[in-house]
Amino acid sequence: MPVVTKPDVPAVKDNRERFLERAMSRHHYSGDALIEVLHTAQELYGFLTPALLKTIARKLRLPPSRVLGVATFYHFFSLEPKGEHSMIVCTGTACYVAGAQGLMRVLEHRCAKAGSTSPDGKMSVQAARCIGSCGLAPAVIYDGKILPRLTPDQLNAELDRIGVK
Amino acid sequence: MTFEDLLEQQAKEIARQQGLRERIYCCTAAGCVSSGADAIKKAIDEEIKARGVGAEVECCGTGCMGLCSKGPLVRTQSDGTIYAAVTPEDAGALVAGQGANLLADRKLDPQADFFIKQEKIVLANSGTVDPERLSDYIAAGGYQALARAVMELTPQQVIEEVKRSGLRGRGGAGYSTGLKWELVAKQPVDTKYVVCNADEGDPGAFMDRSILEGDPHRVLEGMAIAGYAVGAQQGYIYVRGEYGLAIQRLQAAIKQAERERLLGSRIFEDNFQFRIDLRIGAGAFVCGEETALIASIEGKRGQPRQRPPYPPESGLWGKPTLLNNVETFGNIAPIVAKGGDWFATIGTPTSKGTKVFALAGKIENTGLIEVPMGTSLRTIVFEIGGGIPEGRAFKAAQTGGPSGGCIPPQFLDIPVDYESLHKIGSIMGSGGLIVMDDTSCMVDVARFFMDFCMDESCGKCIPCRAGTVQMHDILQRITKGEANENDVALLEQLAKLLRETSLCGLGQTAPNPVMSTLNYFSGEYEAHIRDHRCPAGHCVLPAAASSNREVQA
Repeated sequence: MPVVTKPDVPAVKDNRERFLERAMSRHHYSGDALIEVLHTAQELYGFLTPALLKTIARKLRLPPSRVLGVATFYHFFSLEPKGEHSMIVCTGTACYVAGAQGLMRVLEHRCAKAGSTSPDGKMSVQAARCIGSCGLAPAVIYDGKILPRLTPDQLNAELDRIGVK
Repeated sequence: MTFEDLLEQQAKEIARQQGLRERIYCCTAAGCVSSGADAIKKAIDEEIKARGVGAEVECCGTGCMGLCSKGPLVRTQSDGTIYAAVTPEDAGALVAGQGANLLADRKLDPQADFFIKQEKIVLANSGTVDPERLSDYIAAGGYQALARAVMELTPQQVIEEVKRSGLRGRGGAGYSTGLKWELVAKQPVDTKYVVCNADEGDPGAFMDRSILEGDPHRVLEGMAIAGYAVGAQQGYIYVRGEYGLAIQRLQAAIKQAERERLLGSRIFEDNFQFRIDLRIGAGAFVCGEETALIASIEGKRGQPRQRPPYPPESGLWGKPTLLNNVETFGNIAPIVAKGGDWFATIGTPTSKGTKVFALAGKIENTGLIEVPMGTSLRTIVFEIGGGIPEGRAFKAAQTGGPSGGCIPPQFLDIPVDYESLHKIGSIMGSGGLIVMDDTSCMVDVARFFMDFCMDESCGKCIPCRAGTVQMHDILQRITKGEANENDVALLEQLAKLLRETSLCGLGQTAPNPVMSTLNYFSGEYEAHIRDHRCPAGHCVLPAAASSNREVQA
């Protein structure tokens, strides 16, 4: 019975397609659900590729221009792959008053500019409008964990620990 | 569920809670979670298990207790004490009921200004109910206002009650809530929508987030009452994508309410039906503007459109739409339960009720507060807020985010209400209040907000798209010491242009931070331009140029 020969790598990919399909069918393939579908797509794939956007456009019966227009309008959607780790600097007013600019300068110097990934793919740097943790200002989110009341020196030490050159 | 069932559940839950020796509340709002509240809750839960006292001691998570800077906070129900800066090692003492002795040094004084100068309506349940348990909310009298509305009042009577309360929109503009409801109710159309604006985008503002995290059912109840009053059967909550915990709690709350038939069809055995769905934002500040928010719910780019028609006439999918802010909906249940007249006794003649503020910046007690309208800024900053740390001087309070202004020390005694703030060039806004001390450069603050507006401008109308860039360039030149005297006049001209010709509120109010700092801190602009000096010592200016100028003079 030479049937089960393929490794399960394609099966994983199929799953993601199925999840995306399910999200679209839950919204009855309605164009109004575009943002929800893009949220799901990004959760599944990490970022939105042109091919993915085209598929979504076809299935929701929307012009590709509208899908690209929406995907590029909102900050949340990323059309580029993300780095291995991420640092999100809160640049809200409270963090600004407490010195977030100094933290951003450290990251720009050592990793990448806000909104991009370091050339070695190790660290993505982002600026958040306000993470709502103003009592902990200035704050940085490293891989989903908040580093509160950070000084540039502490941030440098953290980057050393992670292994950023 | 019938009204009788509701009362029975309430009595049962209250009796159950009273039967406990101790109920330990861990603040699990975003602020305390980021300082380690989850580990504390886990430690207490394990301690209860280890001691085998599960029948007499209970630990639950709650919404924001207010004093975020002293977190993580834990409150013990038996004596109402709040403990600050708790660690997982304290679990034993708390479970054993020894908190008062062993943690005496971290007990917060309940008679401190921070607590006694506040008055809580919207935040009444925040910190005292477990947002993840419906029965906690019911024990606190939850959903009785909805029951009263559906069973005893006509939609018109509900609207009258809201009108009598004098409640005004808490999103910032301050339009009368009752009038807005009436407008939607009057539309002779079958399909209408109720939308809750939870796209809290102002930097430094976390009121809506805290309300949603701490008391999600309160918002659902307010929306359901609104649905009954205006004749809508579907509601949407548009939440920021960044608010993961709020989204999670709202989803859970909607499910619980639907299971108990407090949402869905035949609510309180009446013909009234109302469903609520979430829409998750994707990071665009402009979506806080009502027409942009509606476009975003429809799956489009969040760009505003011209008004009129206003959403009460033509909103979501062209249908009449009632759009209110989270805090506005948070006020509805108490108003319906206790009556509009009760609500109208709080606050000032034109601004009724209370206002929630998020205190942040250079202030001792960072956190979430709720005060009656008309409380002076001095009380908020120096009594409740505890003043400026490190003995520095108060320089300005910023309200209204990028649409607001900076309030200088000479106005510390004005009452905080819609009219007074407007008169001095700021706005109430959604409730972010950021305090700055003498190390903050006001020109750079203006630049900071203009940078924000420039980045968040949706690009649809030219005055906002191009004007914010030009204003930002000038401000940047000033902070770098490259500007000349004409630049200030140019800034003022551009400000006027943006105010008068931008399509939506974002562009119309973008010049506010610039104009208010120009009005009250013109000396700082002059020092940058003429003397190449930053009085706050924040900006780095080329010193050589200033000496040249002095020689020429």
